[in-house]
Amino acid sequence: MDGDLTDDDSGPDSSDCSSEADGDSPDSDSAAGDSPDSDSAAGDTPRADIVAGVRDVSPLMLGIVPFALVAGIAAVDAGLTLVEAVGMSVIVFAGASQLAALDLLGSDAPLAVVIGTAAVINLRMVMYSASIAPYFADYSRKVRAGLAYVLTDQAYALSVAEFTENESRSRWRYYLGAGVSLWIVWQIGTVVGVVVGTGVPDEWGLTFAVPLVFLALLVPAMKDRPTTAAGIAGGAIAVVAAGLPLNLGLLAGAVSGIVVGLLTEAMGR
Amino acid sequence: MIGSLGWAPDVVSSPRVWVAIVAIGIATYGFRLSFIHLFGRIDEVPESVKRPLRFVPPAVLAALVLPDLVTVGPSVAETLADERLIAGVIAGAVAWRTENVFATITVGMVVLWLFRFVVFA
Repeated sequence: MDGDLTDDDSGPDSSDCSSEADGDSPDSDSAAGDSPDSDSAAGDTPRADIVAGVRDVSPLMLGIVPFALVAGIAAVDAGLTLVEAVGMSVIVFAGASQLAALDLLGSDAPLAVVIGTAAVINLRMVMYSASIAPYFADYSRKVRAGLAYVLTDQAYALSVAEFTENESRSRWRYYLGAGVSLWIVWQIGTVVGVVVGTGVPDEWGLTFAVPLVFLALLVPAMKDRPTTAAGIAGGAIAVVAAGLPLNLGLLAGAVSGIVVGLLTEAMGR
Repeated sequence: MIGSLGWAPDVVSSPRVWVAIVAIGIATYGFRLSFIHLFGRIDEVPESVKRPLRFVPPAVLAALVLPDLVTVGPSVAETLADERLIAGVIAGAVAWRTENVFATITVGMVVLWLFRFVVFA
């Protein structure tokens, strides 16, 4: 794990190190932090930031593993080969949209509907992108392009919460610790789902672990009146609008929630 | 090897599937990259843009979760007597009290099974 991340080390470049150094280590100089032998030292090493990301994402795997298995099973049910299933998990790497697309592919829906539905479900990534972008603004273009690939609900929610609370954290390291872990588990889970997963009976409701993951991220995100109002409104509208085509209810809920959050905040002043 | 495991000899890789995968993949990556790319090019993100972004996590996560817990039924009683909603409410309470992800997911699944296989069975 550490090994493949150090490859990215050449990327997030000197500008990152210098901008990070002041907050990063009250106890040490940046030169020591950069030298390769320093990573055996305890405390605030770059490695600690990666480990923190991996550590914080690990309990979520309890929900991600069944999610990935279900994605693999759904791929088989829709008639995909192993290569196609893995291709989808690598190229798309967004579970909810994968499940919706597989369902539609399996029922021979028109291609435009398959693509349109999946795209609408993933449109929320634009909001995540905008929300996390200021934290990544100092990194080079190439690094940002790489970081964007592993942007998921979970990596986003954990990282933004962490960046807000802990300013000394190396952002790209923490984010990749969480994001790359999710990526690896997602790919392995898909393969396992395709190869051996068909035996799990539906009524076990393993897919229910998916909303539970989002719930575990949602509750701490509702930390004051305006954010709580945003959550309640977003959820309520999404439930009422659940019947809309192309999964537009998700977007309707998300936008309503943001508007209600802003209004609540404005009223509190 | 593929044949011996049971899929595939008759399932031929279809262009339809790959077109869908690649198109969805390109769109999704575009969404992910959009503002991460853009905000690197402008110096300071304006306050009017930052303010609504604070509400993205609660609004979007709630819009993802709630439809999986609640399906509006023909009556209030039928809407509420749903093991997913009961499990979700209890798991939500656990999340609120403990802020422990592992406990939230475990309790949610156990309550779901309890109601599905015992109480409502």
